[in-house]
Amino acid sequence: MAAGPAPARPTSARPMSAVRRALASLGYAVGLPVLLVVAWALATRGTTNLYYPPPSRVLTAFVSTWLSPDTLVRDVLPSLGRFAVGVLLSIVIGVVVGTAIGATPWLRALLEPMLEFFRAIPPVVLVPVLMLLLGIDDTMKLAVIVSGSVWPVLLNTIEGVRGTDPVLVDTSRSYRVRGLLAYRYVVLPAASPQIMAGVRLALSIGLILMVISEMFASSSGLGYQIVYFQRQYMVAEMWSGILLLGLVGVAVAAVFQLVERRVLHWYHGSREVARA
Amino acid sequence: MPENTPLLSVRDLSKTYQGASGPVEAIGSISFDVRPGELVCIVGPSGCGKTTLLKCLAGLLPPTAGSVTLDGAAVTAPPKKMALVFQEYGRSLYPWLTVRDNVGLPLKARGVPKAERRAVIERAVEEVGLAHALDTYPWQLSGGMQQRVAIARAVAYSPEILVMDEPFAAVDAQTRADLEDLVRRVWQDLGVTVLFVTHDIDESVYLGERVLMLSSSPTFVQQDLAIDLPAERDQLTTRALPRFTELRTHVYEQIQRAKRGEAVASN
Repeated sequence: MAAGPAPARPTSARPMSAVRRALASLGYAVGLPVLLVVAWALATRGTTNLYYPPPSRVLTAFVSTWLSPDTLVRDVLPSLGRFAVGVLLSIVIGVVVGTAIGATPWLRALLEPMLEFFRAIPPVVLVPVLMLLLGIDDTMKLAVIVSGSVWPVLLNTIEGVRGTDPVLVDTSRSYRVRGLLAYRYVVLPAASPQIMAGVRLALSIGLILMVISEMFASSSGLGYQIVYFQRQYMVAEMWSGILLLGLVGVAVAAVFQLVERRVLHWYHGSREVARA
Repeated sequence: MPENTPLLSVRDLSKTYQGASGPVEAIGSISFDVRPGELVCIVGPSGCGKTTLLKCLAGLLPPTAGSVTLDGAAVTAPPKKMALVFQEYGRSLYPWLTVRDNVGLPLKARGVPKAERRAVIERAVEEVGLAHALDTYPWQLSGGMQQRVAIARAVAYSPEILVMDEPFAAVDAQTRADLEDLVRRVWQDLGVTVLFVTHDIDESVYLGERVLMLSSSPTFVQQDLAIDLPAERDQLTTRALPRFTELRTHVYEQIQRAKRGEAVASN
């Protein structure tokens, strides 16, 4: 569990110093990756095989490929930007539309079967269609990201809004907490644990679709570069791109966890109390 | 009820649910009045439709027939002048809001300005003895304290009638005694009318100025009993009074009769 403003955490019987605890958790976190890289280095020591580059060559390729201002500005940042905008759009659309559907029984009855159908379509097959409809620029790439990321947010929001505790709903009605105020202070917070679970899924789907959207008819971006390196037999560079994607994924997960701990501090806190 | 016009008036209220196996008559026909400033307890056998009755009174559930009138206006939606305290305190407080914001949200909805809201919240929370807990979250408090927060929220709403649905059914006996005295004190301090629903016979006699006994479902008012105990009540001395014992025995017998379905309507 990450550090956060979690109150009333039971203290362990044998207190460890904060430094030791931090070192221990760091050890657990990086222990296995270090071991794997060492094993990889040993296995590829002194090799000249094109297909199995040693970690040192991948690392060199990483620095020269992705940390050069050129690639950073031309490929990496635009990709990350599209990813961020795409996921953000998915969250906004998912929460707004999901709240409306979740709060309106007839709308839910009308739309839910169709939503399940659309969700079941793998977004990848939409890429050629969206290319035809929207061209091959940023709009298409954003549309691809949103077409996959929006579903978990949308469906979880519908579930969360519908699942608001009936006692809480009666309480709000009897105290005449209505309209926007009710959405802001009752409906959305009540649905927020499920919404956040949807956002977590949207992030990983969004990252995948960011790469895929750049693999077709594109001339820049992370996905484009990785495919390009592959076709040029620049294997170390290709792996360095995959490494970058992994690192981006880890960073995104870490940021998400920080945000989630803040937004849902009441949820984690009350659950800890309930378990105690 | 000759001299005072009633604050709350219930006339021939009935509620029939459409169940899976045909209609279920939850409330047969209920009529009663509550005058301004009274503290009335409603007691009945379990499953007699107390919660259904309350939801109809509060404008949360439309009755099948009959009417509810509060201060001369028909109740068709949750009225401004009524505050509710629910049995499930853990589910009726907002876990994402602090005590202060839980009490304040209904006031915000009503458009009370911020400075005034702050003062009202602090006074209400003080009244229930939780001034130290203003900025904690409900789930950090014990069950009894959470129900105090719910009472503070109701008090801050400054209603003309405070409706409580078995509010202390889920707290332990000692806490319950404290909370009962709190309700009496709030009632006396603020001059608010209180309608208190309970399944606990002792509680209804100890708290009420009047006890309405309900029959089993389909429900009607079996008896409307005035409680002629002294106004100053005390957990030890009041409960030891011979009159207290007589009244509770009477209520107990009526409820037992209601359970056997022997009752006849009386007014």
